[in-house]
Amino acid sequence: MTGPLSIFDRPNAYIGKSVPRPDAARLLVGRGQFVDDQQLPRMVHAAFVRSPHAHARIVSIDGAQAATMQGVVAVYDGSDMADHCEPWVGTLTHMQGLRSPPQYPLALDVVRWQGEPVAMVVATSRALAEDACGLIDVDYELLPEACNVEAALDRDAAVIHPEFGNNLAWERIVDSGDVDAAFARNDVTIVERTFRFNRHTGVTLEPRSSVVDFNPADETMTYWYAGQAPHMMQAILSKHLGLAEENIRLIANDVGGSFGIKIHTYGDDIATAVAARILARPVKFIADRNESFLTDIHARDHRIHGRMAVARDGEIAALEIDDLTGIGPYSMYPRTSAIECNQVLNLTGAPYAIQNYRARGQVVFQNKNLMSQYRAVGHPVAMAVAEGLLEDAALAIGLGSVDIRKRNLIRDDAYPVTSAAGMKFDDLSHCRTLDKLLDIMGHDVLREEHAKLRSSGIHRGIGIASIVEVTNPSPLFYGVGGASIAAQDGATVRLDAAGAIHVSASITEQGQGTNTIIAQIAADMFGVEIDRVKVTTGDTAHVPYGGGTWASRGAGIGGEAVLQAATALRGQVLEVAGTILQCAPDRLDILSGSIVDVKTAAQRMTLRELGRIVYFRGNELPPDVKPELIATRHYRVTDFPFVFTNGAMAAEVELDPETGFVKLLGFWVVEDCGRVINPQLVDEQIRGGVVQGIGGAFYEECIYSSNGQLLNASMADYLVPMAAEMPDIVVAHVETPTKTSVLGAKGAGEAGTGGAPAALLNAVNDALRAFDTSISEMPMTPERLLKALGVV
Amino acid sequence: MTAIEEINLTVNGERSTHRVPVRMNLVDFLRNELGLTGSHVGCEHGVCGACTVEVNGACVRGCLMLAVQADGLEVTTIEGLTASGRAGALQAAFHRRNSLQCGFCTPGMLASALEYCERGGAADRAAIREHIAGNYCRCTGYQSIVDAIYEVIAAEEAQ
Ligand code: FES
Ligand code: FES
Repeated sequence: MTGPLSIFDRPNAYIGKSVPRPDAARLLVGRGQFVDDQQLPRMVHAAFVRSPHAHARIVSIDGAQAATMQGVVAVYDGSDMADHCEPWVGTLTHMQGLRSPPQYPLALDVVRWQGEPVAMVVATSRALAEDACGLIDVDYELLPEACNVEAALDRDAAVIHPEFGNNLAWERIVDSGDVDAAFARNDVTIVERTFRFNRHTGVTLEPRSSVVDFNPADETMTYWYAGQAPHMMQAILSKHLGLAEENIRLIANDVGGSFGIKIHTYGDDIATAVAARILARPVKFIADRNESFLTDIHARDHRIHGRMAVARDGEIAALEIDDLTGIGPYSMYPRTSAIECNQVLNLTGAPYAIQNYRARGQVVFQNKNLMSQYRAVGHPVAMAVAEGLLEDAALAIGLGSVDIRKRNLIRDDAYPVTSAAGMKFDDLSHCRTLDKLLDIMGHDVLREEHAKLRSSGIHRGIGIASIVEVTNPSPLFYGVGGASIAAQDGATVRLDAAGAIHVSASITEQGQGTNTIIAQIAADMFGVEIDRVKVTTGDTAHVPYGGGTWASRGAGIGGEAVLQAATALRGQVLEVAGTILQCAPDRLDILSGSIVDVKTAAQRMTLRELGRIVYFRGNELPPDVKPELIATRHYRVTDFPFVFTNGAMAAEVELDPETGFVKLLGFWVVEDCGRVINPQLVDEQIRGGVVQGIGGAFYEECIYSSNGQLLNASMADYLVPMAAEMPDIVVAHVETPTKTSVLGAKGAGEAGTGGAPAALLNAVNDALRAFDTSISEMPMTPERLLKALGVV
Repeated sequence: MTAIEEINLTVNGERSTHRVPVRMNLVDFLRNELGLTGSHVGCEHGVCGACTVEVNGACVRGCLMLAVQADGLEVTTIEGLTASGRAGALQAAFHRRNSLQCGFCTPGMLASALEYCERGGAADRAAIREHIAGNYCRCTGYQSIVDAIYEVIAAEEAQ
C-alpha cells in the first residue's frame, strides 16, 4: 500500500462502488452468446445411449440399424472412443491413498451407474440423433449393485471394482490434542447425533453444453465451452486426445450458471471432442434435463456421526466426527471426489477454538452417479454438524445459543491461528460478525416474540451459525497433487491509441460479475472512466494463462493480477508522459483519462494525445522511449494454503406441526469477505448462495431406489427453490481485508450455500423443541419433519 | 415421425412462411430456424420458464407448443421487445438492480415480468413472487428480480 491515503481513496474510485454490470445489458436484450447459440456450417449433433441399469455387464451393442438411418453421420461405442482417447484417473498424489480406476468417455464393458453413456450417435439434428439412439440395441447382464453408502463397506457388499477388493476409495484420519482424555473429563457433558445429508445437484439452468470443431489441416481444435476453467480443459483435452496443447482453443462466452457442476470432466463432453476430431467437423452436444440429473455431478451424500464434549461454562472440550461419504463408481477427474470429505474434516468446528479434535472420513464407491465438488464443497456439511452439535450442547448445559458461541469463537484479536485440523486462519472477525448479526436481526426481540407466539400455538424458530469459507486457494489445493490446474491468474492491460484500456484476464465469468470487477479495478488503478475499459475473458487464445473462476478465487486472485497489471501500465504511461511533458513522472497522475498534475489535478494532456504520439508520431519521442504501453502481471497466494473468510447467519422459520411445512420468515447474513469491490454484486452472490443452501436444506434431493434408479430425474419431480417460497435476505458486512494482497479481497461466492443449511437446521430444531424432538437429515422435507414429530 | 408442414406466422413483427417438422417445438423453431437465440431451453418439459415467449399477447412455454401450432399467430421474443415503454423500463430496472447473473433465465423472466405489469399487477412483493414462481432462476435467489419489478410498478403508480 502507498502511504496513509490509500490507493483506494483516489478520486474516480470504482472499487467499493455498486457499478452496474456493463455486460448485463447484452443479456437483457437476448444478445447472450451461450454455447447452444452457436450455429456453425456443417455442424452435427450428438446424442447418447445411456445405461438404464446401475450395474451391468455389456454383452453386446448393435448399432447397425442406427448407422444406416438417413441423417446419421456416425455411431460409436466405448471401444471406438477408447481407440482415440487415453482414459483418465481421478486421483491426486496429495490425497494419499485415494484410488479410482481408469475412466473412458463411454463405458467399455461394464456400466456402473444409471445414466452412464454407452453409445453415441452423431446426426444432422439432435432429434435424428435421438431417433437413432432408439434403434441401438444394447444387451446387458445385470450385476449386483452397491448403492447404499452405509452398506458399501459391508463384507457381503457387491464390489464395484473387483481389482480393489472392496469399495473404499479413500480414508483420512485427523487426530489432534487428546480427544479421549477430554471426553473422559468428569466436568463435561457429551452430546452426539447422526446427521444425514442426502444427494442434491447443481441444476444450472443452462445444461452442460459443448460445441467442438476440429481442423485437420492444421490440427487445431476449437471448443466452445460452458465451464469455469478453460486452461484446465485445454490441458485435459491435450493429454487425453494427444493433441498439442497450443493447438486447442477453449472459448467460454456466456455461461448459464456453473456452481462447480461444469468444472469436471464428463465422458459425453470428451466423446464430443473425439467425434469432432474423427469427423473433422463441428459437433454439438447439449445435455437435456434428464441427462443433467443423471450425469451432472451430484453433491454431498454424507452420513456423519458427531460427538461434542462441553464443560459447564460452555467451553468445547472436544469434538469428534466420523464421516462416510458416497461418491459413485469413480472419483471425478481431475479434482477428485475426495475433496468434499477432506473439506468436512478440515472445516468442522473451524470457527471455534477447539484443542481436541478427531475426525475420520471414509469415501466409498457406490453404483450411483458421481459425486464431486459443487458450490461450497463440504462446507454445508461441516457447518451444520458443528452448529447442530453446539446447539445440542447449549441445550444440555442450559446455556443460550449466543452465549455458547461467544464462549468458543476464536477471538478477533487472536490471529494468526492454526486450527486443530491444521487450517491457518488470519484476518477473521467471528465476534464482530456475530454481534452485527444479532443487531441487524433484532435477535432478542425476535426471541421474545417467539416465546409469546408459542403459547398461542405458533411455532417459530431461530437458528444461528458462524461459518468460515475456503477462498483464494494456493497451489496447495490441486497443483501440488499433480493436476494441471493453475492456482495463479494473470491479467494483461494495454492502452490503445484512443486512450481506452483493454484488459484480458484468465479468470472467467459465469454471471458473478467477473468482467465488471475486472473493469472496476483496472479503471480505478489506471485512472480512466469505466466505459473506457474493455474486458476479455474465457478465450485461451487471448488471455494469460490461469486457473479460471472456482473456489471463490476470481476476485481475490484474478482481481489482484488486474490491480498489479493496471498499476504497472500506469507507471509506463506516466514515464512516457514525463518524457513528453518534460517533467518527473512522480509529479504526474492519471485521472479520468487525462495526464494531470499530481498536486493541482490540472490537465496536462489527454491519454488520446499520448496514445497518438506513442503509436503514430514516434518520431517526436527520444529514441530510448519504447512504444510499450502494455503490462502483464500474474498473482498467486503464497503465504497461506487458502485465504479464509468468515460470516454469521441467522434464519427464522415457522413450522406447521400438522403438515410438516416450514415457512421461511427471514434470513440474515453478515459476511466478512475482506475488501468489497462491488457491494451489489457481493450481496447478490450471497443471496443466490443462500437460496442454493435453502434448496439443499429443504427441497433438493436426488432420490434413488435401492437398486440405483434415480426416481426424480426431471424438474417436475426434483424440487428447486422458486420465488414464492423464498424470503428476502438481509446482507451486511464486516470488512477485514486480507494481508495477502494489495487489493485485500477474499472470495464471496460460496458462503451463502456453505452456511445457510446450518442456520436453517438450527432454526427448525428450535421450532421443534416444544415437541421435544429434532431433525438431523437434509433436506428437511415435510415427510421427515412429520416423522420427527411422530405424526407419521 | 418426420412429417413436414408449412406454417405462416409473424415473429417480432416480421411475417414469414416456413416448412417445419410437425414434431418441432416452438422454441427450437425460433432458435434453430430463425436464429432467435434469445429464448432459452432449460428443461423441455414446461417447468423452468426459460423458453417463455409471448404468443398473441399471452405468455407461452415455447417448449410446450409446437411450431405448427403457431401457424397464423403472432409471436414476440426477447429480440422483439421495444426499448421504450414497460419492457424498456423493466430491462433498465433489471440492469440497475442486478436482477440477473448468468442471464440464462432472463428472457423468460422478463416475459413473465412484463405479463404481470401489463395485466395491471400491483406493487406487492408477495404477488410478484407468486407470479414469477413459474420461472426458475438458479443464480439470483429472486430477491433482486422482485425488487426490479416492484420498482417499475411503483414508479408507474407514482406518476
Ligand atoms: S424449457 Fe420450456 S419450460 Fe423449461
Ligand atoms: S440469472 Fe442465472 S438462472 Fe437466473
